[in-house]
Amino acid sequence: MARVKLVQIAHARSGDKGDTSNVGLIALKPEYYPLLAEKVTVERVKEHFAGICLGKVQRFELPNLGALNFLLHESLDGGGTLSLKADAQGKTYSAALLRMEIDVPDELLSKDSVHH
Amino acid sequence: MIRIANGQGFWGDSLEAPLEQMRRGPLDYLTLDYLAEVTMSILQKQRSRDPRAGYARDFVEMIGRGAVDIASSGIKIVANAGGVNPEGCRDAVAKALNHKGTRIGVVAGDNILGRLEDLIARGVELKSMDTGEPLASILPRVQSANVYFGGEPIAHALAQGAQIVITGRTTDTGLVLGPMLYEFGWKADEWDKLAAGTIAGHTVECGAQCTGGNCQVDWQNIPNMADIGYPIVEAEADGTFVITKHPGTGGRVTVASIKEQLLYEMGDPREYITPDCIADFTSIQLEQVGPDRVRFSGIRGKPSTAMYKVSISYSAGFKAIGTLMYSWPDAYAKAQVAGAILSERLDRLGLRFDAIRTEFGGVNACHGPLAGEPSPDIAEVILRVGVRSSDRASVERFTKEIAPLALNGPPTVTGLGSGRPKVEEIVAYWPALIPKTEAKPEISVEET
Repeated sequence: MARVKLVQIAHARSGDKGDTSNVGLIALKPEYYPLLAEKVTVERVKEHFAGICLGKVQRFELPNLGALNFLLHESLDGGGTLSLKADAQGKTYSAALLRMEIDVPDELLSKDSVHH
Repeated sequence: MIRIANGQGFWGDSLEAPLEQMRRGPLDYLTLDYLAEVTMSILQKQRSRDPRAGYARDFVEMIGRGAVDIASSGIKIVANAGGVNPEGCRDAVAKALNHKGTRIGVVAGDNILGRLEDLIARGVELKSMDTGEPLASILPRVQSANVYFGGEPIAHALAQGAQIVITGRTTDTGLVLGPMLYEFGWKADEWDKLAAGTIAGHTVECGAQCTGGNCQVDWQNIPNMADIGYPIVEAEADGTFVITKHPGTGGRVTVASIKEQLLYEMGDPREYITPDCIADFTSIQLEQVGPDRVRFSGIRGKPSTAMYKVSISYSAGFKAIGTLMYSWPDAYAKAQVAGAILSERLDRLGLRFDAIRTEFGGVNACHGPLAGEPSPDIAEVILRVGVRSSDRASVERFTKEIAPLALNGPPTVTGLGSGRPKVEEIVAYWPALIPKTEAKPEISVEET
């Protein structure tokens, strides 16, 4: 097992709907998707965004795109024009999720190089 | 096959992109998205000052600059530039074209601002989709109210011979689906095809954000972003399509760049609800079929709902944001002390705020506690303090407390160049639903 930051095996994009931020997490290779689906749970994401996401976290699976979509409720200080945050639309939460570390089996990583 | 381009991802996007799209290769349609959720309230204010205003003036300017291209190529243009005055926009466009015999279509009927009291009286509560509160609770503060129409009214305008279609509040996806409905004669219950057109629209609605802009994968090597190509849908009658861009332009269209845009502003991917249909994003199959070419297939959809979404804006108080920049040494500590001093002074003044937010640019403004502690040698830190209040005077007073810190607070501070922060009125967004029977698109086509 190796401890790996998501940025090495995934990419992401985030957007907003009111006070909810959506973070789409996409496997860089198809073989990483089952690992993301197993490890990047609602609970882990809620814990990761402690102090940022004040509401619930929802997760949706898009296996056809090798992707997960997370909704982070109450995470934008009211959202839209109400928000006083520099990142009022959560545009950088995609990268914030990629800071998360998960355990990855060595054989998955040794197949070829991950993105460093 | 028809080629439908996007040349504008939001009001404020590149002024050159629509012209570049028309000039750098053949297109059948150019679609332009000008309306964000709060744009309507700005336009409503402009119209209340001048009855001829209230639409996206960037669009009219673009038509003027591209008039020769539009006349010579016969390209059709679909834009939600009409804002709260689509007829006024049409008149301005006709003048900017300066060309006899062009048919311009208008889709109106979306503006229900004048009907709100009547609707509420008849039991249409227009509850907030966020909080469940009925609209009556904020009715006196409402500034604009517009129904989102879909692609169908645009298809009707095209069927009446319009070369340019100007709409009020239309879904971004409808701008692209409309031409497909018209060109391919898709029926209103061919849900898979409607979903395909909707997903094509979603993919290109943010302009270059699907062609390598804001793309995380290998961003350092995305070629020639200064001349980034905006997206083009090559649509087939069977509902499959390819996303590409003009040859020779910068950027990159790959499965990775497309996936990022597909997930942008996504809710439940199985239930992407538009006025036209419900699209299922878990059905999409992507394939890289050539350089800068990604093919979509397999898309499934479901019947549309009986409701339209309504975009309502309302006045929700005032805010202001002030910034100061502190340099090495001890940049972060200085910014923190300055923030505490400011907060104490605001307290002593007895000002009323609903919220005060302090962030430190260079330290935690983007990722909060996830960013960890900064280097003790950090070169500079930006103190950023925002306040929000229903009391304008309190916000106004706050804006006068930033500058004094340059002389009466911690040392080596700069960044006051642009003077006191501005007080902004907050125009908040109230999403609601309305039965489709309560709002009808009004379509008209006139010749210049």
